[in-house]
Amino acid sequence: MNRVPMEGKVLNENARVAAELRERFREHRVLVVNLISSPGSGKTTLLEKTLETLPRDTRVAVLTGDLQTENDANRLKRYGFPVKQIVTGGTCHLDARMIEKHIADWNLSDLDLLIVENVGNLVCPSSYDLGESAKIVLLSVTEGEDKPLKYPSIFFKSELMVLTKTDLLPYVPFDADAALANARRVHPEMEVVKVSCFAGDGLREWMEWLELRRQTFLAEQTQPVS
Amino acid sequence: MHELGIANSILEGVAAELRRRPGSRAVKVGVRIGELAGVDPDALNFAFEALTLDTEFSRLKLEVEYVPPSSRCRQCDREFEIRNFELLCPDCGSLDTERLSGDELEFIYLEIEEDESELAAASREPSAQSRTPRVGG
Repeated sequence: MNRVPMEGKVLNENARVAAELRERFREHRVLVVNLISSPGSGKTTLLEKTLETLPRDTRVAVLTGDLQTENDANRLKRYGFPVKQIVTGGTCHLDARMIEKHIADWNLSDLDLLIVENVGNLVCPSSYDLGESAKIVLLSVTEGEDKPLKYPSIFFKSELMVLTKTDLLPYVPFDADAALANARRVHPEMEVVKVSCFAGDGLREWMEWLELRRQTFLAEQTQPVS
Repeated sequence: MHELGIANSILEGVAAELRRRPGSRAVKVGVRIGELAGVDPDALNFAFEALTLDTEFSRLKLEVEYVPPSSRCRQCDREFEIRNFELLCPDCGSLDTERLSGDELEFIYLEIEEDESELAAASREPSAQSRTPRVGG
């Protein structure tokens, strides 16, 4: 018997495709964000509000993932921006190859921002790098405030937590401060935006976060490669 | 249940390693998984067994090293493991820490042995260019 060292990541093929995608996004200066949450936390609704708010000439596109149906893409196409549905046919997450395939006929030079809406799932999407610049996790106030401790992986890997459905706070026993504290136990640098897509609260902060993140992304590109 | 896909990727990695080592059979593969990788070891073991059942890998064992996240204190430079999301530096009590690891999902090693079944099969072949004696390790 002989033990030989093995190197590399287990999801080596996904990591390779994701690295290629990241390089292409960098080259074309497209900020890519990956929205992840449980089913029903409000990813599509936040996207609807985002597209509704963005000026018509914004160079934005959306990829939206689900196990079945084109429903989300149909909801999002109404705003006039390029939208594509990724139907995974049962797979519980998006992977880098799916992104590569679905952007194949888009000209990345025409884009400043690509928003990826992952499959509703708080676990599996966290393992798959899509070449994005930032993962964003959504947590709605109708869920438990201990979700960050129960599903630490995605909170660890996300730059921003969007607390959604805040208009329901008076009616549900959700402790927003505890949720935030839990998220920061897992990820001390976690940024947070609280939004109600129904009432409109916090949407400006969310849009400002996106714009600021894009500025940071562009600033990174102009720095000399060490 | 993305553990099924991960188990499959482990087997692909093993198969690729074996292609570089003709005449070898894989006995055990070791992988390191961080507690923050979002991979459940039990589900992974289950998926691995299901995928290898009645295949060339049916005797391949999976060994998972499940590692806790670690951080470094920015105040006193102490590196420490995190249990139950307790982020305070155990030395100086500071909360000013940076995360070092926790989301590993990587190969560590592969245990291989000479593939006797392949040798036996080769020796039965009439043409058997592969009958050349192997120098095994």
